[in-house]
Amino acid sequence: MDNTRRKFLKLAGLTAAAGVGATVIGSKAMASGAPAHGAPAGHGAPAAAHGGGHGDVATGVRQAIVIDTGKFNDNPGLAEKCQQACHSYHNVPDFGNPKDEIKWIWTDKFANVFPEHSHYKKDDRISSMDIIAMCNHCENPPCVRACPTQATFKNADGAVMMDFHRCIGCRFCMAACPYGARSFNWRSPRGVDKEGHPFIEKMNPKFPSRMRGVVEKCSLCSWRTKKGLDPLCVEEANKTAADAMIFGDLNDKDSKVAKLLRSKFTIQRKPALGTKPSIFYII
Amino acid sequence: MYDKVKVFIGLAIFVVAALSIVGYNMSVGDKDGFRTDGKPGPEKPAGHEKCVKETAYMQTSHMVLLNKWRDEVIREGKRELVETVGGEMVEKSLQNGCLSCHVSKIKFCDRCHEYANVKPYCWDCHLAPVETPASKEAH
Repeated sequence: MDNTRRKFLKLAGLTAAAGVGATVIGSKAMASGAPAHGAPAGHGAPAAAHGGGHGDVATGVRQAIVIDTGKFNDNPGLAEKCQQACHSYHNVPDFGNPKDEIKWIWTDKFANVFPEHSHYKKDDRISSMDIIAMCNHCENPPCVRACPTQATFKNADGAVMMDFHRCIGCRFCMAACPYGARSFNWRSPRGVDKEGHPFIEKMNPKFPSRMRGVVEKCSLCSWRTKKGLDPLCVEEANKTAADAMIFGDLNDKDSKVAKLLRSKFTIQRKPALGTKPSIFYII
Repeated sequence: MYDKVKVFIGLAIFVVAALSIVGYNMSVGDKDGFRTDGKPGPEKPAGHEKCVKETAYMQTSHMVLLNKWRDEVIREGKRELVETVGGEMVEKSLQNGCLSCHVSKIKFCDRCHEYANVKPYCWDCHLAPVETPASKEAH
């Protein structure tokens, strides 16, 4: 009887050890296999491809914009012109209600755009200034991490893109974005308001609209930048004030933006969050 | 057999009623947009001989190509132009590519889609060319 119990315990112990061993080996194999199988549009891969979220070695293209806020301050109405250029081309609806507002590019007070840079006794210029704001096309974008369908992702140029075809309207990205750069279509943008006025004043047949239940935001005009053109807002701003907005590749040492960032003091929105925005401001 | 007369009258009414639907479609049915063999006939764009792929492929698999274009353009940033079989260069885009030759959605896309009762959701976001419903009948 002792013999059988002894045998049983031995067998049970071996089985348990084998089980634990197999689990450990299995998980190790999974861990080493994961990067190879990881979705290319996933979290780790794009960071590595665009200058690295973790390392500081810059590789690939990283599109960025430097905004000279002084030039916008000197030219009242310029920011609105930029917004108009963007919104009218991209068929951005105006629901006439700040709660439902859809915005790709907008303006706000300094204290709201830069809460971390805001302090008690600001000079009059800063206090009165309207700052232009847009999607920051972060190097480490929290919206991309939050998106369950990879509808939002980082493209090869370092811009955070929306694939409206995939968006399921869960709004996780809106919760994740610390800059309020994302808007949700609560209603069909193709609809009309109570007075029968269409939400999209004049449809641009060159660009799609969105549908109800989709999140939208600035795409850094990827359809233009691929052709070597500046984003619409940059083009519009520079028509009035040269170099009010400068677009270029941050990772290219000789690009205008890279040179400007080396020579001027610039700030970013909420740098402490570690999202590494690609939009820089000269104050 | 009881009620022979009533049964045959009933049958006759049924047959006439059933055939009248076919007859109605044959007589007043919109023959516009249909070929002589009754299949839908989408209107080919004037002045453009060939599409980006052979006609047989486009007829069966244009949606596959559109999805491929969508992924290439948005996700991979491959926005280069594509060459048609005839040598023209076209943008990889539904609104700016396809519709640049196929100027009418009603006379091209809709003819087969309505016949096959498929409702592609492309047009939920993509803008169809502005066409009045009248132009559908006018042709």
